[in-house]
Amino acid sequence: MTVPAAAPVPTLKPGSAAKALRDVLVITRRNLTRTIRIPEVIVLALVQPVVFVLLFAYIFAGSFSLPGAEGASAYREYMMPGFFAQTIAFATASNSSVSMANDVHSGMTDRFRSLPMARGALLTGRTLADMVQNSVVMVVMVLCALMVGWRIHHGVLRAAAAFALLLLMGYALSWVGVVIGLTVRAPEAAASSNFLWLFPLTFLSNAFVAPSTLPTVLRWAAEWNPLSATVQAVRELFGNPGVVDGGPWPTQHPVLVSLTWSIVIAVTARALAGRRYRAAGA
Amino acid sequence: MAGAIHATGLVKTFGEVRAVDGVDLDVPEGGVLGLLGPNGAGKTTTVRLLTTLLRPDAGTASVAGHDVLRQPDRVRLSIGLSGQFAAVDDRLTGRENLRMIGELYGLGSRAARQRADELLARFGLDAAADRVSSTYSGGMRRRLDLAGALVLHPPVLFLDEPSVGLDPTSRLMLWDAIEGLVAQGMTLLLTTQYLEEADRLARDIAVVDHGRIIARGTPRDMKTQAGGQRIELVVAWPEQLEPAVALLDRFGTRKPEADRPRSTVSVPVDGGVRLLTEVIAALDASGIEITDIGLRRPTLDEVFLALTEERQPEPVGTAAATDSPWEKTS
Repeated sequence: MTVPAAAPVPTLKPGSAAKALRDVLVITRRNLTRTIRIPEVIVLALVQPVVFVLLFAYIFAGSFSLPGAEGASAYREYMMPGFFAQTIAFATASNSSVSMANDVHSGMTDRFRSLPMARGALLTGRTLADMVQNSVVMVVMVLCALMVGWRIHHGVLRAAAAFALLLLMGYALSWVGVVIGLTVRAPEAAASSNFLWLFPLTFLSNAFVAPSTLPTVLRWAAEWNPLSATVQAVRELFGNPGVVDGGPWPTQHPVLVSLTWSIVIAVTARALAGRRYRAAGA
Repeated sequence: MAGAIHATGLVKTFGEVRAVDGVDLDVPEGGVLGLLGPNGAGKTTTVRLLTTLLRPDAGTASVAGHDVLRQPDRVRLSIGLSGQFAAVDDRLTGRENLRMIGELYGLGSRAARQRADELLARFGLDAAADRVSSTYSGGMRRRLDLAGALVLHPPVLFLDEPSVGLDPTSRLMLWDAIEGLVAQGMTLLLTTQYLEEADRLARDIAVVDHGRIIARGTPRDMKTQAGGQRIELVVAWPEQLEPAVALLDRFGTRKPEADRPRSTVSVPVDGGVRLLTEVIAALDASGIEITDIGLRRPTLDEVFLALTEERQPEPVGTAAATDSPWEKTS
């Protein structure tokens, strides 16, 4: 068995911007291919939120009353931004942390690190693939929402801004997942660790209840929760009920607070992830 | 220089364990060095240091003329790495795996695709090229992994335990492929726990134990070092055993040893094949009938056991000591 010695010569130089961009795209495509190969992962991940939307819309909505907007149909429109944010948070964080942990423990990261790849391309490619997957999740959730009576009231542009804010939050949380995936010692640990922070993040918020109904400490936490800011901003931009005059500062400037949170989380987690990835070779 | 590996005083510690404890290596261009040692000896860590996956705590190393610390990307462009810890993507097909590696090396899409097709054909994987690699047998996956290391046909190849867990047929196929690469002038550093593998593939061997190189030389040197040659013969009739012992005593460097139940006598000698013919002539002249005679070197197994046994009394609890040397994988 012989191997042809006439080997091809690389056309992209390591260290160049073009090579870095290419590396990120190659890794993104690889991650998406992996997802498509086992589609039941993403399908099953969508079953739970869809069931919960139906459960809340047709069983609980009648018994929840919303300050300022009475009735089951008002609650359905109120809860949907909460479900959008919660579903994105769960989908992205579990996906990125478990996939990253798998790459570390299967030896794929060693394979990649032995190649002249741009530093960080593996991590960025992970988060970009998550963003694409989040967009698919978003489409399914929107269809589900339209079915239960949720509507966009303030036009296409504001709606687009709302979706952008949701995806940006998803992107930031995806970096948190990468840090977790690079930190835990087994992929199983990555899967279960998500419940530690995702439950407080999604339930100690304004996603399903008005924070004004909570005890003081919890109310304060719910008001400053990054997810609350995004949910509030999205409600405003879609024109859904739950937007109140007055209240604490973050509730009055939700778009700004959501943007700031997402950027701060993304930048911090990205730096941490980069450190952890390099430390694997220290 | 183009394909050489040099390392001086490499040290890598993990907590309390000095996994690599002052390793010096010199592999000339086109050379083949086998790092031989039990699990936990520091072989894999040494490879990880040389392939830029780990930074050494002390010492320097260069691969293909590039410093592993200062020019890691240049090193990466000059090496191929395959073995127990560098994986292929289990959910991608063989073709997708090789294309991806080509693209990450910086090849254009077309060049990467073409190279993938070439390598798949060369490694007998074209029929399985569009199957997801998790459906491959162990041997196929190892060949895909090796193909991945050869995308750029690098001057230097690192193979970490290339045949662990393979059945004999797959192992022979892999050895053939590796020998082909070496014949083309590729520099090779491989780690192995199989003496047979080191004997067959490596021109030079370094025995590693507890992070240090405890012996080095050609397979032949090592065997000579561990006791040199012996003449061993089997007499046809038990009553001729004593005369045979007396006769061999004249030729040996030490007293002959007799094994009565097996009618065998052996003696360490220092004279090779020429001496063997003299012994046969002398046996003939004194009418001693033999059924078998041979000049035999100790096997590498004997060398290896002799070398590592000297260092046995180690405190239990270090990573090296808790691993059984003969486990299949580490």
